[in-house]
Amino acid sequence: MATDRRHFLAGGAGLALGGALGGAGPLGLSRPALAQAAGSRVLRFIPQSDVTVLDPIITTAYVTRHHGYLVWDTLYGFDEDFNPQPQMAEGHAVEEDGKRVTIRLRPGLKFHDGEPVRARDAIASIRRWAVRDALGQVLLARTDAMEAPDDRTIVLRLKQSFPLLFSALGKPSTPVCFIMPERIAQTDPNTAIREMIGSGPFRYVANERVPGAKVVYERFADYAPRADGTPSWTAGPKRVHLDRVEWNVIPDASTAANALANGEMDWWEQPTADLQPTLRRNRNVVMEIPDPTGLCALARFNHLHPPFNNPAIRRALLGAVVQGDFMTAVIGTDRSLWKDNIGFFPPGTPMASDAGLEALGTPRDYEKVKRDLAAAGYKGEKVVVIAASDFPSLNALAQVGNDMLTKCGMNVEFVSTDWGSVVQRRASREAPERGGWSMFFTFFAGLDVFNPGVSQALRGTGTNAWFGWPTMPKMEELRNAWLDAPDLDGQKKVAREVQAEAFQEVPYLPLGQYFQATAYRRGLSGVPKGFPMFWSVQKS
Amino acid sequence: MLAYTLRRIVATIPVMAVVALFVFSLLYISPGDPAAVIAGDQATPADVERIRASLGLDRPYLVRFAEWAWNIMRGDLGTSIFTNLPVSTMIQQRIQPTLSLMVITLILAICIAVPMGVVAAWKQGTWIDRLVMGFAVLGFSVPVFVVGYLLAYVFALELDWLPVQGYTPFERGFWPWLQNLILPSVALGGVYIALIARITRATMLEVLQQDYIRTARAKGVAQPGILFLHALKNAAVPIVTVIGIGVALLIGGAVVTESVFAIPGLGRLTVDAILRRDYPVIQGVILLFSFTYVLVNLVIDLLYTLFDPRIRY
Repeated sequence: MATDRRHFLAGGAGLALGGALGGAGPLGLSRPALAQAAGSRVLRFIPQSDVTVLDPIITTAYVTRHHGYLVWDTLYGFDEDFNPQPQMAEGHAVEEDGKRVTIRLRPGLKFHDGEPVRARDAIASIRRWAVRDALGQVLLARTDAMEAPDDRTIVLRLKQSFPLLFSALGKPSTPVCFIMPERIAQTDPNTAIREMIGSGPFRYVANERVPGAKVVYERFADYAPRADGTPSWTAGPKRVHLDRVEWNVIPDASTAANALANGEMDWWEQPTADLQPTLRRNRNVVMEIPDPTGLCALARFNHLHPPFNNPAIRRALLGAVVQGDFMTAVIGTDRSLWKDNIGFFPPGTPMASDAGLEALGTPRDYEKVKRDLAAAGYKGEKVVVIAASDFPSLNALAQVGNDMLTKCGMNVEFVSTDWGSVVQRRASREAPERGGWSMFFTFFAGLDVFNPGVSQALRGTGTNAWFGWPTMPKMEELRNAWLDAPDLDGQKKVAREVQAEAFQEVPYLPLGQYFQATAYRRGLSGVPKGFPMFWSVQKS
Repeated sequence: MLAYTLRRIVATIPVMAVVALFVFSLLYISPGDPAAVIAGDQATPADVERIRASLGLDRPYLVRFAEWAWNIMRGDLGTSIFTNLPVSTMIQQRIQPTLSLMVITLILAICIAVPMGVVAAWKQGTWIDRLVMGFAVLGFSVPVFVVGYLLAYVFALELDWLPVQGYTPFERGFWPWLQNLILPSVALGGVYIALIARITRATMLEVLQQDYIRTARAKGVAQPGILFLHALKNAAVPIVTVIGIGVALLIGGAVVTESVFAIPGLGRLTVDAILRRDYPVIQGVILLFSFTYVLVNLVIDLLYTLFDPRIRY
């Protein structure tokens, strides 16, 4: 058996102390490093952050979604071609011009408490999820009734057909329609659930949870993976090769890199850009880009107050955006890690197009932008930029944005604070000079903006819209048209119009797409595409 | 003595009440919204509002303060907004790593710093003295996280003697527990060693000039006896005071050290709670820290009587 200096030292110290104390005794000079290493079926994972909120419906946090896919299962999964595939569902029938949809559950599905998964569990779960989700709300609005004639059959009676029904039930963008026991799913959608009982491939181990430090999952022995298909994103059979998955929260990036390099950890979800070159040079570490839809950065305007309540001013700023500058600041100069000249849908996804992109392709001329701003009516109003300095990527976006606005001659007040303060202040509808704001920077996962149905930032419902509150009636009409498009070609056609309209209304400035690498020890195989999922993963 | 101790314990009540009022008010007026953090980046303002209401965060200041204060008086520190766990449970989960780190650091610091200071005073003006004082300056000047990264690089990555990060509970064995604490304790102890060594040296220099030391020498007492029995005992009061004051340094330093070495202690709990505005947790931990500090000061005051018989309460 191979050993190393640390274990030799541990053994030596153990022997010495053991001898001095007359054997192992109550001090228990054990060597858990070796004991734990015996479990090659234990995966030690460093998530992007702690799972602060464990309820995957109440929050849109990505880390909670990843936790969700371990614990819960979905009626439909999403494959790498962005198509919904039956997951817990055995199959479905669409009748009466799409107004009656019958979904049949696979036999043998069980929750972690041993109870069978029943149709009424699924219905209660759909109802709770739908209140919180944009597509779910469309589904609710179009639904007359959801019924469970027997334990394995779900019947949806719709007022009008909803071609996106299966996509909505299977989409991996947050919140995901996870299926929970009825008694849990009946919790108010605005109150977090307290029991983590799902029917997913792993069981949440509540008594080992240390908030802010550790989350533990164990293989669910009664999980029944699909017998057919191949694993592809969240679709296909979820075959588990691990007994236990430990999420160890390591907030310091250097420490996380050291722990991975040292073999104390097996997988680091999001290595920071500055440490990636070091990890790439380590022959024991593999780095790859798991999610081809990447992360789409954006600068959000406050549409309620001057100067950005004026669409001409927002449009004028498109002439100043150099997406490459933003991306370089966030992820570095390696062009394989980012893309510029992107519109409102991530490149590589079905709705992406070149509609309106010429607004970003013209030569950058700040003097012209100044003239355009003046012509649009900008009179030197204060532009309050709120920036989260505790998120390196968001801080980088804000710093470049601040520079861009200053070069354009805008009267910028740069408020550097923490993310917690940004999320509070951005909720204020007050004028910028009275504690409100004019612009903030953030990013969405590509899957969260990859079509008009899921993209919150493209909604134009005024004060009901996402922070910034744009009123864009035409955009809402186009969204409805997209939801009713009969096929993919129809959706693509409408999506082009959506993007063209977005370049006119400019609800936000698209700042580029970047790809977050993941890093894991060479002994791991089957690491999935998309985001961290733990079925199919094997550890040698 | 007993009456004094009781009086001091009773006196902590108004102190803690002021701390509680101050902490609650400060958090109330500071920016941040846990409901927005729970809802996540893509949630709409309406979603955030509904969650805020369900958490009761939209209630007036006085109502929330009165409820919190009443619960504190009943020994209930409240429930975390995010984890739904009682704050006392979360503190219980985290107290062992922090206590372990502080105790090991204290032992390490006292065992190294006091002899260093004594020897430096004894060898005043020699290269040994200058070396000790040079180390003290270094200990003060180099931040904890720099020392931490250096130690991790050398002893964990290069030599592979000790783990980079983490904490193993004492129940799983002495060595696994200790090996996770060696590097953090050395990193955290640097500034503490520097502080105690300097004070020990300065106090010892003063004591070594006293007549009774000259008398002891004249009686033929050996040098170690003079230093450690006669001089050190009389120099103990300021040293013990500094050790007590240093506990505050340790609490502050533990926050950084626990982050660098990924130790799930109270320091990290505090930082995480502050970043996401988990008010009950912040309030509970600050109350605990304040109480600890008051208690340490009481213990230090009582220790004075052991070292200096002239002090009586």
